[in-house]
Amino acid sequence: MKKEKEKKMKISLPEVELMHPGHMACQGCGATLAMRFALKALGPKTALCIPACCWSVIDGPFPHTSLDVPIFHCAFETAASSASGLKAGLEMVGDTETTVVAWAGDGGTFDIGIQALSGTAERNDDVLYICYDNEAYMNTGIQRSSATPYGAWTTTTPVKHFKERPKKDMVAIMAAHHIPYVATASIGYPEDLVKKVKKAKDIRGTKFLHIYAPCPTGWKCRPEDTIKLSRMVVQNAVFPLYEIEDSDKYTLNIKVSAKKPIDEYLQIQGRFSHLTAEEIAYMQKEVDKKWEKLLSLIN
Amino acid sequence: MSEGLHHHGGGGKMKKVIMGNHALSYGGMLGRAQVIAAYPITPQTQVVELLSEMCADKVLDAKFIKVESEHSAMAACIGASLAGARTYTATSAQGLTLMHELLHWASGGRLPVVMGNINRAMAPGWSIWSDQNDSLSQRDTGWIQFYCASNQEVLDTVIQAFKVSEKLLIPSMVILDAFTLSHTYEVVDIPEQDKVDEYLPPFNPPIRLTTDEPRAFGGITFPEHYYELRYKLQKDMEKVPALIEETGKEYEKMFGRYLGDVDAHRCDDADLILITSGTMGYTARVGVDELRKEGIKAGNLRIKVFRPFPFETVLKIVKGAQKVAVVDRNISYGHHGIFYQEVKSALYGESDGLPLFGFIAGLGGRDITPSDFKDIAHYVLGKDKPEERIVWIGVKK
Repeated sequence: MKKEKEKKMKISLPEVELMHPGHMACQGCGATLAMRFALKALGPKTALCIPACCWSVIDGPFPHTSLDVPIFHCAFETAASSASGLKAGLEMVGDTETTVVAWAGDGGTFDIGIQALSGTAERNDDVLYICYDNEAYMNTGIQRSSATPYGAWTTTTPVKHFKERPKKDMVAIMAAHHIPYVATASIGYPEDLVKKVKKAKDIRGTKFLHIYAPCPTGWKCRPEDTIKLSRMVVQNAVFPLYEIEDSDKYTLNIKVSAKKPIDEYLQIQGRFSHLTAEEIAYMQKEVDKKWEKLLSLIN
Repeated sequence: MSEGLHHHGGGGKMKKVIMGNHALSYGGMLGRAQVIAAYPITPQTQVVELLSEMCADKVLDAKFIKVESEHSAMAACIGASLAGARTYTATSAQGLTLMHELLHWASGGRLPVVMGNINRAMAPGWSIWSDQNDSLSQRDTGWIQFYCASNQEVLDTVIQAFKVSEKLLIPSMVILDAFTLSHTYEVVDIPEQDKVDEYLPPFNPPIRLTTDEPRAFGGITFPEHYYELRYKLQKDMEKVPALIEETGKEYEKMFGRYLGDVDAHRCDDADLILITSGTMGYTARVGVDELRKEGIKAGNLRIKVFRPFPFETVLKIVKGAQKVAVVDRNISYGHHGIFYQEVKSALYGESDGLPLFGFIAGLGGRDITPSDFKDIAHYVLGKDKPEERIVWIGVKK
């Protein structure tokens, strides 16, 4: 047998694992990968405030936890305000090192938690707020949130009356708070995600990271398509990866060389299967418009 | 800058003329609160104004988080308390009720946050005046509740509340009436800081959120465990009366003022005991003293600690009386005055034959005067037993 030459594999992500098997996520859960990657970037000196969301289940029931960092499971609408308090408390007891992360879903961020988040951001409290966005209330069984995109089916937007309003532009809202760092990330681009979390960790003040995290259960897609969707969504510019520093310095982090149409992206998700060609054309137009606007902001 | 703050050096016996709200601020300062998160609401504003000045002037080494709502105020206090910091806030009425969900979070999480609440009537219609429905609506949230009647008592109770709360890991609410106390200036003895430090050591919880020992707090708890967590909270709540007595005596030894769960005035030989809470208690005392001049053996029992309810103390005091009247500045719609319900439940099976009369007075800040208490006493003395479920004082029917 020919002895294979030992090749040193290039490892592009930190090797540290602070998330362990035994968690309670569904198959193909994007939120789970988001946490795993984020913790690789953050390291063990991290404390999480997790409001009601999928992750309050995924972590495991009392007295278990699947993470090697402390977690405060806080009230639904209080991820940001709990994190502000936790940071202040830790500093007062002499721990100035720990990164305090508010880790919330889209419902806890875009909807019920937006007031507290706005308060934390306006005060520029030293908190890293990460929203993993699976575009609906998945933990309660797929109800629409203000992060649900136009056209999507959910259990509260049935196909006969699907969501007719666009997804709330949370990144723009956060940038308007003049905080030092706002960025988008996708679990399909883990190196970019890790880089952004690391960058945010070293900035003092409020940082907001919006992570695209597919939910096969709620999107009616195949679990094995999670990564595929997380890459397609960037290349069709539905969810471009960019960052905004100090509210006005825009940088596109992942190039979209040949922007793809949204058709295939929609086709592999059952939540869009009812849409007519006309409705898809409308969606495409809206994506193009938003993309052009973003490009105009990038230098 | 409020007058006098700069002159407070922390040493030497000092008396100051301060408003009730500032008594709350001084309590937080002397208690060395480490994190304060608060939102302004009339009639609480002076509490947080002075505290923010104390922080800015570094008289108080605390982080003051100027949140965008009372809801976030309590959430931030909870987060800070979980880290092991001593936390403090103050609110009133709409603000307190906005916090409601988080009050459960603090007690359920066993986080000893201390909060001042200025009793203000609930809207609508908008009212900034006193009644107790705001805090009594929080009866079952698992907080210790102290109803104070003087500015001195407010300051002293804040310090005691930190001690009791931190020992048992149960949050406390120190409550005072809008305007009749919050904005009333009284002479207050400001204890010396080093003596307060001796009485109240730094907060050092047995478990806290730290990266040195990562734990998950407050996660999903199945029926297998949840029930016992609540059992433990009740068991610790039952330890509060003895701890109030112990810490109250200790306070008396160091500062000359006993802090108990009730305050009884001329109850020892009283035939008729008028039960009140908050500043109504001192009004009732004037009425009682005047009744005594008429030869009527009246007394006033002011219930200071509402939760946990001081069953034993109340029973011991009222058992010698022939009649008892409870005057409530609150109401549980469809039932009765809330202190009345509580006293009635305490008497059940213990002093069943004792005629217990229930009065509602002063909702929304309507004045309650000493002569109201005299009228109440005469009314009660003219009846063998209650004829009406609720007697309304001064209501325009």
